[in-house]
Amino acid sequence: MLLFLLAAGLTLMLGTMRIVNLAHGSYYLLGGYIGYSIAKYTNNFFLACLGGLLAIGILGMVIYKVILEKRFARETLSQVLVTFGMLLIISDVCRWIWGGTPLAIPQPEILQGSISIGRIVFPIYRLAFILMGGIILIFLWWFQERTKYGAIVRAGVDDEEMTQGIGINISLVKTLIFSMGALLAGFAGVVGGPFIGLSTGLDIDILLLAIVVVIIGGMGSLKGALVGALLIGLLDAFGKSLLPELSIFTLFATMVIVLAIKPSGLFGIK
Amino acid sequence: MKALVVENLSKDFGGLRALDRVSFGVEAGERLAIIGPNGAGKTTLFQLLSGMLAPSSGRIFAFGKDITKLAAHRRAALGIGRTFQITNLFLNLTVLDNVLLAVETLGITRFNLLRPISSYKHLLARAETILNQWGMWDRRDVPVRSLSYGEQRQLEIILTLSQDRSLLLLDEPTCGLSPEEAKGFVSMIRDFSRDFTILLIDHDMDVTFEIAEKVIVLHFGRVLAYGFPDEVKRNSQVQEIYMGAQK
Amino acid sequence: MKRQVPYVGIAILLAILSALPIFLPSYYTGLFILMLIFAIFAMSLDILQGYTGLPSLGHAAFFGTSAYAVAILNVKLYQECNFGVELIVGVLSAAIVASLLGLVVLRSKGIYLLMILMASSMMLWGIAFKWRSLTGGDDGIPGISRPDFDLIGLDLGSTTHYYYFVLLFFVISAVLMYLVVHSSFGHTLLGIRESETRMRSLGYNVWLHKYIAFIVSAIFAGLAGVLIAYYNCFVSPSELHLVTSAEGLIMVILGGAGTLFGPAIGASIIILIKNFVSGYTEHWMIILGALYMLTVMFAPQGVYRLFKELSQKWRPI
Repeated sequence: MLLFLLAAGLTLMLGTMRIVNLAHGSYYLLGGYIGYSIAKYTNNFFLACLGGLLAIGILGMVIYKVILEKRFARETLSQVLVTFGMLLIISDVCRWIWGGTPLAIPQPEILQGSISIGRIVFPIYRLAFILMGGIILIFLWWFQERTKYGAIVRAGVDDEEMTQGIGINISLVKTLIFSMGALLAGFAGVVGGPFIGLSTGLDIDILLLAIVVVIIGGMGSLKGALVGALLIGLLDAFGKSLLPELSIFTLFATMVIVLAIKPSGLFGIK
Repeated sequence: MKALVVENLSKDFGGLRALDRVSFGVEAGERLAIIGPNGAGKTTLFQLLSGMLAPSSGRIFAFGKDITKLAAHRRAALGIGRTFQITNLFLNLTVLDNVLLAVETLGITRFNLLRPISSYKHLLARAETILNQWGMWDRRDVPVRSLSYGEQRQLEIILTLSQDRSLLLLDEPTCGLSPEEAKGFVSMIRDFSRDFTILLIDHDMDVTFEIAEKVIVLHFGRVLAYGFPDEVKRNSQVQEIYMGAQK
Repeated sequence: MKRQVPYVGIAILLAILSALPIFLPSYYTGLFILMLIFAIFAMSLDILQGYTGLPSLGHAAFFGTSAYAVAILNVKLYQECNFGVELIVGVLSAAIVASLLGLVVLRSKGIYLLMILMASSMMLWGIAFKWRSLTGGDDGIPGISRPDFDLIGLDLGSTTHYYYFVLLFFVISAVLMYLVVHSSFGHTLLGIRESETRMRSLGYNVWLHKYIAFIVSAIFAGLAGVLIAYYNCFVSPSELHLVTSAEGLIMVILGGAGTLFGPAIGASIIILIKNFVSGYTEHWMIILGALYMLTVMFAPQGVYRLFKELSQKWRPI
């Protein structure tokens, strides 16, 4: 689920906007750290979520406007390097402010404990998490497929001049989309805090997983992001219990197999 | 043996049927024009013939061989050459580099990793001859992106012709050319020997009917009419759909 | 088409490079060793990126694999240096990774290719990280011994001698890569970079060319990997990491993609800056990150081309 949030944001950015953002994992981490601090000072988890979400959303907006929209960032390669530079900067800033030791965000009290469904015991937090993920998924799907805005984005990417000609502020739309992707990442960071904690190096780890999910699921496809995230989540869990030394290899192998059959990913557009 | 035979060729893009059971044959040395309104499937047909796209069903035979499954670069070796409607050149390379690339495919071991290209004297000589024929030798060091549109279109044709392919697919070759340039193009084609078989797509009806010996009219992916130019011109359906809008 | 090779310029450069260790303290000589090794790395990436147009964030895969191959043979198997075998196995392992990876990956284009290569090299990183029994995990493999050339009077333990060792390989690689890039094969790569469809319609087997370019560039990256293993006498997963691949990419861009020697210069600049900056502050990553961003913003065509433009302005011919 966590992966889905990230992958969804990434696939939106990549597929709909054709922007490579290597700093996506950094957004996650930064969001998580910000949420951590907020949680520490206010003892309110939900405030932390909101904070992380907003902070990164705004950061994303600013970054997009100031850097990514400029002409030099039009080509893929430039985007890669610019966002990689951001990755380094954010990573170091995080280490500077929050240190290198792993931190964890405590679970909110309301959602602590677990309930039993039949014979399986579920931690409530996890359930809430899945539920929320589902809501976001539905929202995103509705947004992309049903609303005017989704269609605008798709049109805008395909033919920018035309869309501008119709009088739609494509720049605004793109900025919004980008910040939405960033926002999702930041949110995921806070919400994932209780699960996997926060530490240096997490930004790259999580970026990698998100990229594998997007590659397997196909860029630009929300469905793909979901399927990919589920697939990877399962494989990761299995792989870790069966062959802990090569768990990454199972992910790799899956990606290779998928690519061999469908070079654009399972549900890839393009 | 016919130069080209197309049997029930169809191409689907998702739900859209771009070509629907198109069949025709082209004799060696013949000049066939393919006309039809925009979206009729003309370029799709060329994509299928040149191997850039795979058909959904049907078969293609070139010089008696079944090339339906053959890769694009192999078809070129077989003798199929193509020009592109949207100029498809090596923009950042010089004119000479462009021609060299076209000419290199003839006769040298392509995977020679160490011998410098400047040592292939015969290639350079051939490139020089070709460029001189077209009066472009003095432009040889100009990067293609700095050429005028007309020069680029000319280079587009040069590249295809320098390879001595016998089945030529010309996709809108006069697109963007001035009337004089188009006339020049027509007389050049008319002078071509019968060793060349030519398939032509062109929006310019004058050009088309000056060159064509046979005409196919495509409409919504189907063959609407197929025959000699006069027959096709007189076909009432064709007049209604296509030519009525022209004149 | 007559290429004017600036023989005089090259001779002078070589003379300077050969004389360096005599004048510099061994710390700086060490720096130059790194610059030469990464110059090879960057040039090999340029073949892929600048000449064939295949963007890659996974070049470290070849670099690291060969470094590990050397380390494993040197430390775990032989407990001493068996140069011939290690060199061949190192370079070969990089080539094998490329030949396997290339089969799957080369059908993808642009963004996809970039990310897939990135993911692939990080996968290898992950394997190196987790497989403690073979690779020592994130502790790496220390204790690599350098080749023993006592018979010819070379003591590679000394930085100066090792410098000449690396310089030799640099010159050989540079010459070979130069030849490749100016061969008919190299010319074909340029065509592929500019328009794959055109090349296919002209009759070129584009995929095969890309595949071979992939393997060739991996071979030279592998060579660099062998050299770095002997230099550091130590190998760790960072040789396979995205950061290394990205640095390679920046070296290519900073120096000038598609110029071959530009990336070599780019490599030198990056190594110098890294060293310089990390001596002054703990937060060199921020500086480096900013540098990457600035490079893209202000010098995307690279230092080498910038230089050429400027020198042409001063000497109008």
